[in-house]
Amino acid sequence: MIKDLLHSAPSLLNFGIFFGLAVLLLFVVLGFVTYGILSERKIMGFMQMRIGPNQIGGKWGLLQTVADVLKLLIKEDTIPKKADKPLYILAPVIAFAPAFMVLATLPFTDAFQFADIGVGLLYYMAISGISTIGIVTAGWASNNKYSLIGGMRAAAQMISYEIPLVMSLVGIVLITGSLNLNDIVAAQEKVWFIFLQPVAFIVFFIASVAELNRVPFDLPEAESELVAGYHVEYSGFRWAFFMLSEYVYMFAMATLTTVLFLGGWNSIPYLDFIPAAIWFGLKFSAVFYILVWIRVTFPRIRADQLMEFGWKVLLPVALANIFLTALIKELINLF
Amino acid sequence: MLRTEEMLLNVGPQHPSTHGVFRLVIKIDGEIIKEATPVIGYLHRGTEKLAENLQYTQIIPYTDRLDYLAAMTNNYVLCHAVETMMGVEIPERAEYLRVIAMELGRVASHLVWWGTYLLDIGATSPFLYAFREREMIVNLLTELSGARLTFNYMRVGGVKWDAPEDWIAKVAEFVPYMREQLAGYHELVTGNEIFVNRVKGVGIYTKEEALQYSLSGANLRCTGVKWDLRKNEPYSIYDRFTFEVPTREEGDAFSRYHCRMEEIEESLKIIEQAVEQFPEGPVLAKVPKIIKVPKGEAFVRIESPRGEIGCYIASEGKKEPYRLKFRRPSFYNLQILPKLLEGENMANLITILGAIDIVLGEVDG
Repeated sequence: MIKDLLHSAPSLLNFGIFFGLAVLLLFVVLGFVTYGILSERKIMGFMQMRIGPNQIGGKWGLLQTVADVLKLLIKEDTIPKKADKPLYILAPVIAFAPAFMVLATLPFTDAFQFADIGVGLLYYMAISGISTIGIVTAGWASNNKYSLIGGMRAAAQMISYEIPLVMSLVGIVLITGSLNLNDIVAAQEKVWFIFLQPVAFIVFFIASVAELNRVPFDLPEAESELVAGYHVEYSGFRWAFFMLSEYVYMFAMATLTTVLFLGGWNSIPYLDFIPAAIWFGLKFSAVFYILVWIRVTFPRIRADQLMEFGWKVLLPVALANIFLTALIKELINLF
Repeated sequence: MLRTEEMLLNVGPQHPSTHGVFRLVIKIDGEIIKEATPVIGYLHRGTEKLAENLQYTQIIPYTDRLDYLAAMTNNYVLCHAVETMMGVEIPERAEYLRVIAMELGRVASHLVWWGTYLLDIGATSPFLYAFREREMIVNLLTELSGARLTFNYMRVGGVKWDAPEDWIAKVAEFVPYMREQLAGYHELVTGNEIFVNRVKGVGIYTKEEALQYSLSGANLRCTGVKWDLRKNEPYSIYDRFTFEVPTREEGDAFSRYHCRMEEIEESLKIIEQAVEQFPEGPVLAKVPKIIKVPKGEAFVRIESPRGEIGCYIASEGKKEPYRLKFRRPSFYNLQILPKLLEGENMANLITILGAIDIVLGEVDG
């Protein structure tokens, strides 16, 4: 349906349909964020021997996040006197918009994808890099020393981890011969790439946690050192936008991990009577759970060690993986 | 060449990792600290001056508020000073109760340190685990004294109340439980590569420097000085127990971590022995209602979880002391901070500050 729409003549009706679909996706994502946050808090509660949200919306706290967001909406929106006002207002938008944009190319099942473009993987990587600019802008525009340090850390972290992240995926691209995410899933019908590219998976997973700015790589926020890092001056809904973009990225990254390494919506053998959407959901949830698990377990890494790890460990490993993949592929082609 | 500028940054008094209202003015170049100046006094209540107008028993609750994480040791040091001057004989049972309470307090204090230190470093879970165990200790001490933190339990000549029924049994049960949990802590944190990288080789000082700066407690023992007043100048009944004084040679944050963790184990050993030997008898010696200390002066020192806590009393033979002074270990331990921070990374700031283990109530007096 979407393909037909893309190739049809532009008209107001088509625009309306596209707009409607985008709003639908937004609500799906917001729904995820709502319950993603809740489940994160519940899992954390379980691991830390607490109860977690249990007051609003029944004993599972089902409406807790909704209440939190409502609270943020009615909070006072403060802008520091000495802040760079236009940039201060713009920063959350810059941080959030790309988070939502990357969702367009992600295939959730073979039938549920918005834009099946040829270079989907590249698109994701390129667009997701923009968010960091939002974070740096926020750090600068707040005119606060803590947030400035947070913003600078975010910039340094992005440069160090975007590269191994992309490099770790070259192996997959070599095997598949395509940057299209649908092709990549199709190539995993027999074997998932986590088995063919285990090294790449480890590098990718570590780098993706760093990209998400989550523990142990939450240096831009680093609550105990920088108070709240880049968003220390933000309040109310502007702050919520940063949080929202973080969780949308988490959604996107868990999806991408599923698609690239866990075979997307492919079932495991003999269980293909279970619908694709459920397979996807299961794998996605597993990745999400591990992300939360990591958050609960690890302390924070130090800024200089983070750089060292990115450049001296992850990048060489990713490069070696590319070399090895290319070599093996050539050898298989020879014989 | 881009022009770079040193930036003046106020860390605290409202900051999540200064463990209270501690302010640190640092000059940073990028993330490198050039100079650090601690500013203290935000929690100053003038305990020593207030004490000059109070009777000795009335001073005890004020000592609770010095090192509020290990109030039992503070209670003890004051009572010990007064008892030394008066020459009071303390009943056996009271001594045992005091030692058990103090050692439980030491374990609780180190648990808070462990949890918050890991929280500073960015791990959230250890904090909750540590507080779960600490809660049990706090409950035990509540049963004993009626308060959670500000116990006001000890009196000149003994303790205020005898232990409730079954209390000793509960303490005995707690010891093996705590040992088990301690093993879990080590599994979760001690071997963690990120943690080790954060603390190993950070904030190093030598034995000489530690002595010059008059450091005490784990901050001293981490450099290899085997100095623990419970062993070296046994007070109360500490000479009856067998326990080790854990030391390390490296003098970095990691060695301080090890010292404190092992101190918990040693404290558990002492509690275990004290519970076994726990005698019957009165808990308060015969002392007059209104305590008058003979003319003269005395200084006593004991081992608090944070180091050597001392109490100096100058008396003119009245109901109130002429002058009362506490040697507050956190205050002395903090003095090495500016030296340690020079040239360090911003992220190491909290690693170093946390490893010193200060309690602001004690620093500011």
